[in-house]
Amino acid sequence: MKQNSVAVVGAAETTRMGKIPDVSVIGLHADAALNAMADAGLKPSDIDGVATAGISPVELAHYLGIKPTYADGTSVGGCSFMLHVRHAAAAINAGLAKTILITHGESGRSRVGAGGFGRAPSSLMGQFEMPYGVTSPPTMFTVPVLRYMKTYDVTEADLAYVSVVQREWAALNPRASFKDPITVDDVLNSPMIAWPFRMQMCCLVTDGGGALILTSADRAKDFPQKPVYILGTGESVETPMVSQMYDFTSSTAFRISGKKAFDEAGITHADVDHLMIYDAFAHLPLYGLEDLGFCKPGEAKDFIRERNTAIGGKLPLNTNGGGLSYMHSGMYGMYALQESVRQMRGTAAAQVKDAKISIAHGVGGMFAASGTIIFTNER
Amino acid sequence: MARILPEPTPETRHFWDGCREGELRLQRCTECKTTYFPPRAFCPACASRSVEVYAASGRGVLWSYVINHRPRQDMGTEPYAIAVVKLEEGPTMMTNIVGCPQTPEALVLDMPVKVRFEKQTDDISLPLFEPAKS
Repeated sequence: MKQNSVAVVGAAETTRMGKIPDVSVIGLHADAALNAMADAGLKPSDIDGVATAGISPVELAHYLGIKPTYADGTSVGGCSFMLHVRHAAAAINAGLAKTILITHGESGRSRVGAGGFGRAPSSLMGQFEMPYGVTSPPTMFTVPVLRYMKTYDVTEADLAYVSVVQREWAALNPRASFKDPITVDDVLNSPMIAWPFRMQMCCLVTDGGGALILTSADRAKDFPQKPVYILGTGESVETPMVSQMYDFTSSTAFRISGKKAFDEAGITHADVDHLMIYDAFAHLPLYGLEDLGFCKPGEAKDFIRERNTAIGGKLPLNTNGGGLSYMHSGMYGMYALQESVRQMRGTAAAQVKDAKISIAHGVGGMFAASGTIIFTNER
Repeated sequence: MARILPEPTPETRHFWDGCREGELRLQRCTECKTTYFPPRAFCPACASRSVEVYAASGRGVLWSYVINHRPRQDMGTEPYAIAVVKLEEGPTMMTNIVGCPQTPEALVLDMPVKVRFEKQTDDISLPLFEPAKS
């Protein structure tokens, strides 16, 4: 896409987050959408494009009374919203719509109006993974990690340290679910979920949502909030089954998506002031740092241990506390995008001083898909 | 509670028939010779539709795994490994490792394993793997 031709002019999360037993999934979408419209000074009748995942864009549009000329129902897991941003930017440039609303809402904890988790027994996952006792993401997303750990001499303590550093960021965020400091020992003594993964290496399960509104950069200057421009974008998909990843030590989808985004943005890694890597589990930031090219293969554990991603480090990472400590409703990508937008607006709880370029990198499914958005506040 | 079982499709029927008959059947491209998994009617490496089914060795190595400490209802009450083996012929395959303790000490990456079919119903046997002498 053309650099800086489209901007985020509305961004908001649901009014409440964490445990929201009195709101259904579609209600969470709507709450976030209304907050984002208020943020942008818009009404539903001003929106002519919709995108969402989890529910259908048809449900979203009708629920809000929007009659759009553009609908995107791309649903590839938690990074779907990165893909929605990318597609929306292209659509706005192509004239398919002028003002596009992207929403997420999920009753991950309370399960109000939420569907179940399962795969048809005739699907590939139903035939070739489900019979072996996989349950939810903790027993699937984690399957490649022992191979990664053996290849690069990564320890359980290295994984635990990822959670420790992110909790330090969460402590600065009043909206974070978990704010109390933790140590490597705390993480390694937390309940075993799926060896080598302990509870504190796994994301939260919460209720919440978020929404974004995009329009052309030329129009963006007339909106109440400081525009956040889209500098580069990437996406890819890899496999519906984690057991079929091309390489257990690296996400091919991450590499393709990240490279495409950097190429579009025309920036180098040194230009990046702030980074979000979707952290459903503690290994995701390690894979992400390496596959995006911030570290060489196997070097991410030391990069984090040396506190480069911590408060005061050269590459602030997951500054909202991440899926490990902030919130995780199921499709966390929206919250990574929200934090990038806040950092670019200068309104984040743990604001990175003078940050000009922020990347939100997402994963979908169990290493199934990926999306990368590079934002800037300078045009 | 009965174990969650696969429901074969026309494209995968040969694989599950093989498991029932005690043979691990893979597919191979007759043009580029690539062996691939899971089953499909064409070669994912070169898109040729000229592919054949053959009996694989049933041997591989333990490639990666987790030990699930929150057993699924149909899997009993004890922790079990959800494993991936790398087959001698190249592909990776999810499975369970049987015939050894479900512990990190017993489950060592790269240890040789061989297939063992476990009958579930008249139609379905699952390809599980057990430690093999190298």
